[in-house]
Order: sequence, then structure tokens, then C-alpha cells
Amino acid sequence: MYDIAVIGAGVVGGMIARALSAYRLRVCILEKGHDVAVGASCANSAIVHAGFDAHEGSLKAKLNVRGSELMAGVCEELGVKYKNNGSLVIGFGEEDRETVESLRRRGEANGVKGLKVIDQAELRRLEPNISENAVCALWAPTGAIVCPYELTIAAVGNAMDNGAELKLDFRVSGIEKIPGGYRVYGAEGTGAAAGQNAAGADADGTVAACAENGAVLETRYIINAAGVHADEIARMVGDDSFSIHPRRGEYVLLDKECGGLVSHTIFRTPTKMGKGILVTPTVDGNLLTGPTSVDMQDKEDKATTAEGLARVMSEAQENVRGIPFGKSITSFCGLRAVGSTGDFIINRFGEGFFNVAGIESPGLSSAPAIAEYVLSLLREAGVALEPKADYNPRRPAMHAFREATIEEKNRIIRENPAYGRVICRCETVTEGEILAAIRTNPRPRDLDGVKRRTRAQMGRCQGGFCSPYIVELLAEELHIPYEAVTKFGGGSVVNVGRTKEA
Amino acid sequence: MDTMMKNVDLVIVGGGPAGMSAAVAAYESGVKNLLILERDSHLGGILQQCIHNGFGLHRFGEELTGPEYAWRYEKLVHEYNIPYLTDTMVLDISPDRVVTATNSERGVFTIAAKAVILAMGCRERSRGALNIAGSRPAGIYSAGTAQKYVNLKGYMPGRNVVILGSGDIGLIMARRMTLEGAKVHAVCELMPYSGGLARNIEQCLHDFGIPLKLSHTVVEIHGRERLEGVTIAKVDERRRPIAETREYIPCDTLLLSVGLIPENELSKTAGVPLDRVTNGALVDQDRQTEVEGIFACGNVLHVHDLVDFVSEEAEIAGKSAAAYIQGQSAEALDIPLSVDGRVRYTVPQRITQKKDVTVFFRVADVYRDVTLKVLDGDRVVLRKKKPKMAPGEMESVTLKPEQLDGAAGLRFELEVG
Repeated sequence: MYDIAVIGAGVVGGMIARALSAYRLRVCILEKGHDVAVGASCANSAIVHAGFDAHEGSLKAKLNVRGSELMAGVCEELGVKYKNNGSLVIGFGEEDRETVESLRRRGEANGVKGLKVIDQAELRRLEPNISENAVCALWAPTGAIVCPYELTIAAVGNAMDNGAELKLDFRVSGIEKIPGGYRVYGAEGTGAAAGQNAAGADADGTVAACAENGAVLETRYIINAAGVHADEIARMVGDDSFSIHPRRGEYVLLDKECGGLVSHTIFRTPTKMGKGILVTPTVDGNLLTGPTSVDMQDKEDKATTAEGLARVMSEAQENVRGIPFGKSITSFCGLRAVGSTGDFIINRFGEGFFNVAGIESPGLSSAPAIAEYVLSLLREAGVALEPKADYNPRRPAMHAFREATIEEKNRIIRENPAYGRVICRCETVTEGEILAAIRTNPRPRDLDGVKRRTRAQMGRCQGGFCSPYIVELLAEELHIPYEAVTKFGGGSVVNVGRTKEA
Repeated sequence: MDTMMKNVDLVIVGGGPAGMSAAVAAYESGVKNLLILERDSHLGGILQQCIHNGFGLHRFGEELTGPEYAWRYEKLVHEYNIPYLTDTMVLDISPDRVVTATNSERGVFTIAAKAVILAMGCRERSRGALNIAGSRPAGIYSAGTAQKYVNLKGYMPGRNVVILGSGDIGLIMARRMTLEGAKVHAVCELMPYSGGLARNIEQCLHDFGIPLKLSHTVVEIHGRERLEGVTIAKVDERRRPIAETREYIPCDTLLLSVGLIPENELSKTAGVPLDRVTNGALVDQDRQTEVEGIFACGNVLHVHDLVDFVSEEAEIAGKSAAAYIQGQSAEALDIPLSVDGRVRYTVPQRITQKKDVTVFFRVADVYRDVTLKVLDGDRVVLRKKKPKMAPGEMESVTLKPEQLDGAAGLRFELEVG
């Protein structure tokens, strides 16, 4: 019997599992996807918000400000890139000036440090490419950027290194109350398990798929961090106190050439319609614009729309001049989990079931504080949290080779020549880095998983040159046929068979 | 690992057709201390996966496959013992020609060169650059990636194919996928004309009954795991999709052949100024860039239609780099070339020596009954008539030394009708 099962391997589930792995608890993470960080955690604005958006006294406000304080330290421990670039909320007219002032007051009430309203001249000095129509801005020096899937992968990996188990392709299909805990039923994941089993890739039982039809496990406590599906999970234990609906956000990502266009994260003054389209550098040096904000029904529909992408591009141009959208390298869509209460839904239901639901923006920013908060709820519920003597909060950075000195690189290449072989030319990723990623918890099993860990295929050619090589490396490492390698599990095969067969 | 800086007369970045023929030409011009750096595990570049024929008609007067064409040059590289390193990635080129590279044997190393020839080739424009709406399933590849899976790896990326873009690789892949047993439903081209060679449209589409849908594009991608279909639509004169013409085509594969982009990231590290139209370096007739001692040739300079012309251009670069190393210089001129828009660009963009200069150019649209005029102010220096010029085919004219006499600048204009 597990002590705690965390449902959902997004940034929230990952950070909670990592926090739990510091204690003498048997923890498992159940994820329906073929990899971790495949929901909202792989497609969002990648911002650590300062904490002036949420209303005073809300859980969102409290956990955002606390999360923002914790984030730099967490990233340092996990070897995740983090940049405190500061953010600016720009205003266009007198009406906006009032909103900017009220945001400052709200931020200060929330406990955000260093907020300052600046005038046009100072704004122009900070950001020369800002729209000429912007007349003032709220400057939040604690705003930061981080890569959300890198953080999630690192958190889950660190939890696993400290003993947590990850079960991928495990879609929770039912929960039964049993004395002293719960019985959790798993069905095949998002169509992924079938393909995986057929491919015979079940190389490592602790990491790889294990959820055949009818997989069952028992656990004393459950933490429901199932993102857009959290309401469905809650209903399995009889909690129908909230619902979740997906809200689509579309983004356009530009080449690294454009990453220097702005240095701060640029928000538009919020309106009733939301925070509008932001323009921000990413920690990896690209320029990111988005998101749109459209309420949806379908929790899996991550298709972009022509109207959405057009809106992202036109509104971004209103905020920042001269964004060269001809240098777009990809566009994508994420689904935020919007809860019915308007605030984060973090509570206990019954004896041992904890909801961590409705974690829309500022969810990424809050994630470290959410983990802390959940620990306090567990403690209140009487869960014994005994620290593990051998807990190691640190994880080696996935980008260590990339940032090493030439001498250091040469030492590594001498030991392992694979680090001298560049596979992805656009992002300069070596075979050594790709193999290391494939062999490190949580192990990727598909092209997208390798991409999120190494940045290979993430550059301007989008895998055009290197994906055939990465398919080869995955096939060898996973002991599966070349044509069984997928883009993201399930039926997403890259090749459909051999030539000369038709 | 030897981290001492090496000195080499000439470093050639890229061992594809451009790099190899530049190296051979430089060697034949007397530069023996040279080095080719190639990122792939074999010389030959993209020709290795171009197993169809049609290469070498201009150069060798016979039809060769890509690997056969490459071998003509590789053989010379071996005969001359021209040094080369494969599996070697150049990471940086400084403006004073220090080349930093990495491979498994040497680690990260640097080479100081008297001259550098840029021959890195080009890459394909990806789906992301087009911002096509819809889902992001498996089954969407650039045509060249699919060509690699099929021709080099022996795997089928799919069996029911739609191709967006009628660039040459897309046309070639329409035929290849058909020959391998796949069904190619359509080739959609945004423009009212194809960007590929006329002979490829005949031999790769018409001969196999594959429809070419001009003024059509893919407006939406469907399917969650593997591609399930695409929605295509006709576009108006301003290339905007016309809603009433939307049509769904079930398919498991979408190949993109929507343009090639010279790979000039390294050129930028060396401070080489680029032409906004070609996306390649600004060069003179010797293919010397505006950074002294750095030359460029092949698809990194401008995208060519035929490899034969790549070889020709690379020879110029190789010979000129040799002359530069040997300290030869000729009578200096400074004649900038300009274009009228119908002529999109010229290579070279500047003439600095009085000799025969072949100027390559491409036009912006399909034009019939055209006259190319090369003007020095009002003076017509050269006139060339042709029944048709099209964007897919590279054109050229040769200027004689006497035509360059006293010219302040040469303007390339196209008269239509």
C-alpha cells in the first residue's frame, strides 16, 4: 500500500511529489500521459508572476507571492534555468493609468516587493521597443521567467531519485474507498499504453508503462492534481463541489534571433477580458507571445486556430514594435484548468483525499508554495511527516554541458566521445546529452520527451535534420523497432513501416 | 585532446557539393594546406539522400543520381588527399577567421585560417514558420526529412500523403512516395505558379497523375495522435484562403516543401552582412563577402535550382580564395548591382574586378516575352530576350570587361511584353 498517490504529473503534482519525497512516505505519481509535463505544464506563458493580479486575501494571491519568493531557490536546487527579468504592465491612456495604480496598491496589499509606477520616459529607457502609445507602466522587479516543463521534469525526476514511483500511461478510471485508504483503478492512458506495449518498450518497470487494463493500487491518501480533469477525479470519491473547464491559450514562439527584442515580460493593462497578450523573452532566449483566452468544452482539444494566432500576432504588435513574426518557429495551444470557484481549490475531502484543483494562472508561479501548503494540510490531517535522512533536494542541471567551459567540455568529451557529436545543429545538442536525458529520471520515451529535456528539435528547423537520428537513439535505448518510435506515445508513430512493403 | 590552435590556409565549412568543389578548385589553384569541416558522418551533403537522377546535365553532359554526382567530387578530394573531418560541427567563426569546432576525437578546438569558405547549405522552412492552425499530431514532415527516412533509413513516414508547396524536394518526394506504394492525393501551392523546375512538374506529378493545385493552401491540420486529415482551400489574389472553397482531405502524412533558408547562423557570428532577399551573404564576383577573407558559395549564399550551378559557383569561390591567400589582386572597381523588384536579386551584388562576370538572378513572378536590361544610368549595357522567366528557375547573364568600363552602378530591370 502506498502512503500517498499523487494524480497528475504536471508542475503542481511534480512539486508536491518532490516535497513528499523528503519524508518517509511511499509515494507514487499517476499520470495518464506518455510522459510528465504534457498538459498545461508544457504550454503556458512560462512566467513567474510577481503577485499583483490576484485579489487580496485569495489563495491565489497568497500562494503566488510565496511561490515567487521560493522559485529561485527551488530552481537552483533542481538545476533549472530561472531568470529574474522583471515584468512591466503597460498602460495606454489615463484610464489605464488608474488601473496601473490600483494594481500597484493590490500588489502591495498582497505583499509584493519593489513595485513602482513608472512614466513613459523611464519605460522607454527600460524597453526601447515598447509601443509609442504606452504612457506608463507598473514595474515589478520580482517578476521572472522559468521553463515550466523543465521545472516539472526536474521536480518529478528529483522525487523519483528520492524514492517516489512514477506510473505513466495510468489513467485513473475509478476510486474506491477502503478501510484506511483508497483503491485506485487505472485504465490505459491517453491511448498511449497500447502502442507502448505492442512495441515491447516496457524496459523499466518503475518508469515505463505498467497500467494494463485493470491495474489497481491502494493508497492511504490521494492528492488530486489532475489539471483539467481534477473535477472528474474528485467526483470518483463523491466530491462534486466544484467543476473545471478548459480555457484555451494560443501562443506563437519566435526564433532566438528575436529574444532580445524585450528584456522584461510585457503585459497589457488587464481588462475584463483578462490579462491580454504578453510579450516575453524565454529563459532559453526565444521570444514568446500569447495567450488568447477562450473557454472550451473539450478537455483534450489543443488545436490552434487561424483567428487565435492572428489575434496573438496583432495584439502583440500593439504592445511591442517590430516583432518579426516571419521568424516564428512554432505555435501551440495550452488548456488552463479554470475552476468554478474563481480561486485555487485546495482542500481535503473526507479522510484522506486532497484536491489541488483549478490551478490556472498563476499556477506555475505558485507551484512551490502549493507544495508547501499541501504539506501543511497533510500535517493537519494527521499524516506523519518524518524527514528522510538521505533526502537530496538537488538534481544535476539538464543543461550543464551546454554551459560548461571549453576545458570542462573537453574533459567530458574525452571521457565520453558522444558529447563531441552534435545531433541537433540549431540548438547544438550532442548525442551525449540526448543519451543522458534518455537515461535520467523521468526517462523520456518519445521524440517530444527528448525535445523537452534537451531542446533537440526545438530550434529553427524544428527537428527537420535531427529527428531521424533521435528516432534511432530512442529505438536503441528502449530496445524497440525504429518504426515503433512515437512523437508523444500512443498512435503518434513517426514512421508507419518499412519501405518496399507496400 | 589537442587544444592548441592550428594554422590552416583555407577552412571550408561544409562538405556538400559546394564545399567539395570549392576545395577541389582551391587545391588545383595551389592551396594545399586546407581543411574541410563536415557535420555529417560522410561527405556529400544533401546529395546523399537525393537518389533520383537529373544531376550533372550541365556539368558532365550526363544524368547522374545525387550520390553519383557527389562522388565525382569526393573522388577528387581523395585523389588530392584534401584533408577533411566529418562528424565535426563548427560552433563559431570569428571576423578574423578563427574557426571553433567540435567533434568526438578532438573535443572543442580552434583553427586560425587565412581564408574561410562558407558552404553550409540551407534548411527547409518548417510548419512552425507557417503558423498553420490545428492540432500537432505526428505525420507532418518537411519533404527533406521524409526523403531521409525513405531513402537513407528505409522507413515510410506515411501512406496517404498531401504535399504543401511545390518546391523541387516536394515534387521529387511526390514521385518517391508514389513509387514506394504511398498514395499522394495532391500537391498544394499557395502561389499561382510552381516554385519548382518545369521538368520536375512533368516527371514527378504529371507522369503519375498527381494533381497540382495552384493557389491552394492547407488551412487546418486534424488528428490528435497521428495526422488524420488536412483542410485545404483556394486562396485569393492576396493569398487569403476563400472559406467557401474549404475541402477536407483524409491523409496520414503532410509533407512541407515551402521554401529553403540559407543556414547563415555561423556567417552572422563572423559579422558577415546578409542580403535581405537571398538571406545569404552580400558578395562580389569572387564570392567574397564583405568580411575580408571570408567567401561563400552554394545554397548558403542563395538557393540554387541545379547542383551544377552550385559547383560552378563554388569553383569561383575556391579559386578566388586561393588567389586571396596567394596575395593576388586585380584592377579594382566598385560597381554595385541593383534590381527593379521583378528581378528579385542578383548574385554577386557587387563587382570589384574587371573580368568576365556571370551574374545569377531570379525573378519575382512568371513573366512571358521578357527582356532583361542591364543599365548603367540610362545607358543600356546589355539586353537579353527570353520567351519566359519563372521564379523556380535561376537565370544568368555574363558581363564582359568592356561592359563594366566606367560603370557607376548596374541596374537589372525586366521589361515584359
